[in-house]
Amino acid sequence: MKEKLRKIAEEAAAAISESGADLEALRIKYLGKKGELTAVLRGMGALSAEERPVIGQMANEIRADIEAKLESRRESAAAEALQKKLESEKIDVTVPAKKVSVGKMHPISLVQRQLEEIFLGMGYEIAEGPEVEYDYYNFQALNIPEDHPARDTQDTFYITDNILLRSQTSPVQARVMEKTQPPIKIISPGRVYRSDAVDATHSPLFHQVEGLVVDKGVTMGDLKGTLESFAKTMFGEETRIRFRPHHFPFTEPSAEIDVSCFACGGEGCRLCKGEGWIEILGGGMVHPQVLRNCGIDPEVYSGFAFGLGVERIVMLKYHIDDMRHLYENDVRFLHQF
Amino acid sequence: MILSMKWLSDFTDMSDVSIKEYCDKLTLTGSKVEGYETLGEDISGVVVGRILSVTPHSNSDHLVICSVDVGREAPLQIVTGASNVFEGAVVPVATDGSHLPGGIKIKKGKLRGEVSEGMLCSIGELNLTTHDMPGAVEDGILILNHVGLGDTPVGTDIHDALELSDTAVEFEITSNRPDCLSMIGLARESAVSFGKEMKLPKLSFGEDAGDGDDIANYIGVEVANTEKCFRYSAKVVKNVKIAPSPLWLRMRLRAAGVRPINNIVDITNYVMLEYGQPMHAFDYKCLDGKKIVVRSAAEGEEYVTLDNIKHNLNGDMLVIADEKKPVALAGVMGGANSGIADDTVTVVFESAMFHPGSVRRTAKALGMRTESSSRFEKGLDSENTIPALMRACELVRLLGAGDVVDGLIDVYPEKKAPVVLPLEADKINAFLGTAIPQEKMEEILASLGFTVNADGTVTSPTWRIDIESMNDLAEEVIRIYGYNDIESTVDSVFGTGMRTPAQAFDVKVRDMLLGMGIDEVQTFSFISPKFYDKIRMAKDDVRRNSVVITNPLGEDTSVMRTTVVPSMMNVLSANASVKNRDVYLFEAGNVYLPSEVAGQLPDERKKITVGFYKNGAKGADGFYELKGIVDAIIDIAAIADTKYISCSDENAFHPGRCAKVLVNGRELGVLGQIHPLVAEEYNIAEQVYVCELDFATLFEERRLMMDYKPVPKFPAVERDFSFVCEEALEVGTIAEVIKNAGGKLLESVELFDIYRGAQIGENMKSVSFAVMLRDREKTLTVEEADKVAAKILKALEEKLGITLRA
Repeated sequence: MKEKLRKIAEEAAAAISESGADLEALRIKYLGKKGELTAVLRGMGALSAEERPVIGQMANEIRADIEAKLESRRESAAAEALQKKLESEKIDVTVPAKKVSVGKMHPISLVQRQLEEIFLGMGYEIAEGPEVEYDYYNFQALNIPEDHPARDTQDTFYITDNILLRSQTSPVQARVMEKTQPPIKIISPGRVYRSDAVDATHSPLFHQVEGLVVDKGVTMGDLKGTLESFAKTMFGEETRIRFRPHHFPFTEPSAEIDVSCFACGGEGCRLCKGEGWIEILGGGMVHPQVLRNCGIDPEVYSGFAFGLGVERIVMLKYHIDDMRHLYENDVRFLHQF
Repeated sequence: MILSMKWLSDFTDMSDVSIKEYCDKLTLTGSKVEGYETLGEDISGVVVGRILSVTPHSNSDHLVICSVDVGREAPLQIVTGASNVFEGAVVPVATDGSHLPGGIKIKKGKLRGEVSEGMLCSIGELNLTTHDMPGAVEDGILILNHVGLGDTPVGTDIHDALELSDTAVEFEITSNRPDCLSMIGLARESAVSFGKEMKLPKLSFGEDAGDGDDIANYIGVEVANTEKCFRYSAKVVKNVKIAPSPLWLRMRLRAAGVRPINNIVDITNYVMLEYGQPMHAFDYKCLDGKKIVVRSAAEGEEYVTLDNIKHNLNGDMLVIADEKKPVALAGVMGGANSGIADDTVTVVFESAMFHPGSVRRTAKALGMRTESSSRFEKGLDSENTIPALMRACELVRLLGAGDVVDGLIDVYPEKKAPVVLPLEADKINAFLGTAIPQEKMEEILASLGFTVNADGTVTSPTWRIDIESMNDLAEEVIRIYGYNDIESTVDSVFGTGMRTPAQAFDVKVRDMLLGMGIDEVQTFSFISPKFYDKIRMAKDDVRRNSVVITNPLGEDTSVMRTTVVPSMMNVLSANASVKNRDVYLFEAGNVYLPSEVAGQLPDERKKITVGFYKNGAKGADGFYELKGIVDAIIDIAAIADTKYISCSDENAFHPGRCAKVLVNGRELGVLGQIHPLVAEEYNIAEQVYVCELDFATLFEERRLMMDYKPVPKFPAVERDFSFVCEEALEVGTIAEVIKNAGGKLLESVELFDIYRGAQIGENMKSVSFAVMLRDREKTLTVEEADKVAAKILKALEEKLGITLRA
């Protein structure tokens, strides 16, 4: 009897290890109701009382062993099958992607957004105003009366005698100051218009971002510090700035502001025409007459203002040599940004 | 403004300063240098020679051989084709290895077998004109004997012989500093910038001629319009001999970019450049009635300027007239009827001060901006008329151009009071963020010509018309002290640093469209009114009423757009023309709708405009793709009530594939396939789809607070219905009826199929809806669901006459 059992155990072990996926047949063969082990156990009635528990135990152990072997074999067979399936599913990852298109922001918007984010981060708010504007806000409130020679430098499109296309975003500043008492801390981004024919460096329509801060005790040092940290954020931590005296009717003192060339770091290159500096900004302390025109007492308050051209930054930043690309909107151009 | 460094040296010594240093420093103290040119730099190796003999060339009948003494051991043999050479002529000789303007290099060579050891130069080859060298010819060698330089020793470098060496520095002078449109003004800035001394020569009208003659014997001046003429000063010069100016004067004018004419005209230009005071010289014999009247022009009065152009004047213009006629347009240009001519023997010099705005308006109206008008229009110093006149008289004597007649005419009705301002160092320092001592400020201001008074005030120099307030003094101090020496600080002004809700929403919409694969474009806000025709806009459409630019660059940019559709079509067309495939674009740009009230600003409305074409697209899929984009835009505004209404009266669009979209009952915009004729007009062969949505409407109708609704706990029951109906019945109408009939148990209605086919019948379609029913309080029973379904079917039959498909 023992011999018989041992033989079954050996045969089963061998059959399981050699088998493929079909383990159910083996289970039935050995452990099923009509299986070999079951048959042996059925013959146990013929055994003596002493032998019966011994053989019984042995038979149970063998059953457990076969079950364990079957289980183990089942798992490894499943793993092998999965492995085979995965191998058969291998793909060529270098085949080009299925196209998911992502739209590109226009480079002018891209730079304008960046400028906005920088100044928002510095606590500024964004003020907006009309593009078709009164002469008063575009010129007179800003200390540029009729017949002022500064009007020549901004050849203006007129709608009527006193309505025009704004030639700068500064009228927004005048409107804000007229409505709000200090503290004021705003930027005014937007479209401006000047009667310049389209060529590589001119466009009758372009974008500006201007800034204005008015409060008690605002100094020219504050203007310098503000533009310095702006320049570092925009063009890199090593950027330096340089103020050159200039004249704008709405600021006094006024300055043109250069940044150290972000291509060569100030040594002189093609981008900066060997100067080491690139003119980027204009600015100054708000003219007392402008404050007065807007109902703010210059004896109590002072402020600074600055402005820059978005297209100029776009062109410098991406080395665009012809402004016309910006308004042609060829997607082969747009997709590069 | 071009400065001659040679001229500058009359007033201040810059000999120890390099030109680079000079330009950098002046730029940083406020006189921006645009660039500089070293005159004569492009000429080298050219010397003065004397022609010893001229012999014919044996192999040529147009060449001659000259033997030229250039001060070397042996004379040079030079072959020339010029016919004006002669024995004894003193000429410029470009010797072997010399350089001439235009990158020309002269080398020894052979001309038809004869050695030529250089070249004899014409004025053109030295970059000179007959104005620079009166007496010279254009088509021959420059004969120095003919230009008064026959005595120049041979071997003299041509730079020295013709005074060619100078440095011309070009400044960009801002409009507030007309005083710097002069050598003296720039000399002052130069001296202060480098801490050097400024020398101004003492001027006077000189000794009386003592011949008993007086200006009163010649002329009287009446200023009839004192509002536009602040001062009128004049001197008379008699026994004038019109001749070329001396070389030094001509070369200074040339360096400053002014063409020499003759001694009298050159004197007026020289004084204008040196003192910044425009002057005019009249030929006395052309003045009728011994009288000058400064008056307004008569309306329509005719006048011919020096350049022989006839103008019709108006009453706003100021003229200098004699008893009968205008002889000059005040501050702009003299008249052809009274200019200096070769036979002029008596001259009236005018040195006056006119109203800046008046000069500017006149010059602009007549389209003639001159050196004179561009100075007057910025505002000049009334105190400068007399020094300028003195300098002119001094030059007349120096040049021997005539005899200055005793006496002066000076009509000066109202002397302008000087500007006196308190100098408060503390206030200036607080304003600038600096700590500059009071003494330093005083020193800087004094060097700029301010008078520092004992009472703590400063008096502005008369030529500084721009000084009005503390800010101006602060600028004067800091530009000399150094803008870049201000310490950088940060203001402590509080601001939220937030976008407004509308600005934030704009960012959200744009970012979403970008995320959907649509590229952003920027187009001009102005268009041609013809573009409205291009998009087939009805002749009586109100949108044809645009804001019109009175002085446009051209028709294509002459009106402010009332719709973005033409701009979008232009861009799509440009992309299609270069064969870009599947182009999807959007613009968030304004339209400008004129106000009905005259004098009011237009309504500027931002439009979200999406446009695309997909190569090879057929059918109406494009419409539903566009509608999906519009739905998404409405979805981020969280607007639940959206309605699309078929629209056939937007002429730009396909009449059967166009819709108006409404949100909460308000019109948001229009979407659809562009009319094939419009697409053809723009040369696009593909179907084009465009929508134009109003940003403000979308923003105003957006749902602000997203109310939380519990996730349903009880299951839904789905019922599918299919109907056969006429093609013309819109599925939106069917859905609407289902929705209304379903009541509060109806959760959603979704169209899932439209089928057309032979078994359905012509002009018919089969439409299938999935209707979800749900009770939020309990599980819906089959009986309850059946009841709702029956209600829906009844409503459909009654309202639309459609029944379930068998």
